[in-house]
Amino acid sequence: MKTTDLIAALSADSYAGMGSTRRRFYGSVLAGAVVTAGMFLMSMGWRPDIGTAIGTIRFPFKFVVTLAIVMSTAPFLVRMASPVDGGSLPHRAVGAAPLLILLAVVLELLALPADRWWDSLVGSNAFLCLGAIPLLSVPSAVALMLAMKRGAPARPRLAGAVCGLVAAGIGATFYALHCDDDSPLFVAVWYTLAVAIVTSVSAAIGGRVLRW
Amino acid sequence: MLAAIEGDSQAYCRLLISLTPALRGMARRGFERVGLGNAEIEDVVQETLLAIHLKRGTWDRTRSLGPWVTAIARYKLVDSLRRRGRSTDIQIDDLADTLADGAANEGSAHHDAEKVLGSLNDRQQEIVRSISIDGKPVRDVAEKLGMTEVAVRVSLHRSLKLLAERYRGG
Repeated sequence: MKTTDLIAALSADSYAGMGSTRRRFYGSVLAGAVVTAGMFLMSMGWRPDIGTAIGTIRFPFKFVVTLAIVMSTAPFLVRMASPVDGGSLPHRAVGAAPLLILLAVVLELLALPADRWWDSLVGSNAFLCLGAIPLLSVPSAVALMLAMKRGAPARPRLAGAVCGLVAAGIGATFYALHCDDDSPLFVAVWYTLAVAIVTSVSAAIGGRVLRW
Repeated sequence: MLAAIEGDSQAYCRLLISLTPALRGMARRGFERVGLGNAEIEDVVQETLLAIHLKRGTWDRTRSLGPWVTAIARYKLVDSLRRRGRSTDIQIDDLADTLADGAANEGSAHHDAEKVLGSLNDRQQEIVRSISIDGKPVRDVAEKLGMTEVAVRVSLHRSLKLLAERYRGG
């Protein structure tokens, strides 16, 4: 086939209305969150003492962290889908949540006597946390990857990682409603580990499925 | 490109034709840098054109077209060089042959395109061939095959996506 013939075929396939990448990602985040909410309510549900927990400092702070992950990374999804800009991720995209956690850990270490550090860190639900956050991230990760697949990411692995990070943030937000380990020490270790697992698996998947 | 996104197929055709020499130049320089022959340059050009077409939604219309086209072309070039580097059928000895018939090949893909086209089903092949090689308008093709115009367009679009996938070895 000659190149001019191919061009003739491509021009015959031109049509208006490609849809906006940004809107597709917002749709994916929304769809992921709705499906995750359904999963969450049917399986674990929120903790029974949520009414009193909300009045504490440590419980609401978990949402500051998990939502910070979503809010700081989601705006870069569109960028990742671009062949021109998708080559790098600015530091501010990934720096916010770790800084918040670090600050909270320092405050917690100051607030708690040293003999309670270990128990707070180990918590009561570490393995549930490691299993539940990845599972609750799956719907959003799938929805985001599908939207990313319609883009042209310059670096498919990095694009996959960002999808995973946003999805893990959504998954962790829901899990935090159930989890009764509220110490920043617990969050810093187990939530971080769970988010890291989701992100690296998504990067590996992205490297395979987001190529174009 | 703006006209193309708005659905003006003639403007789109002119744009793609005007981009082709630059794409060919990029591919040639890339192949030279790694010491590959000219034979498969046109395959890369066609693969890049397919990508420009299928991914045109990722171009931000408020920005200039050049860097976007270059980014697509670079990705496709790197991708195809990596793929060809892995395949074992590229021998230094072949270089002399391919250089010899390189000029005659201008504008026509080596063998991949035919192979790739052959992987479509009969109807898809007929649609792609009559629109591209015979240059027939969609309406005539639809009439001849007893399909609606929309069905022909859908089939053409699917075929182009398939072609892009097959190029990548999928």
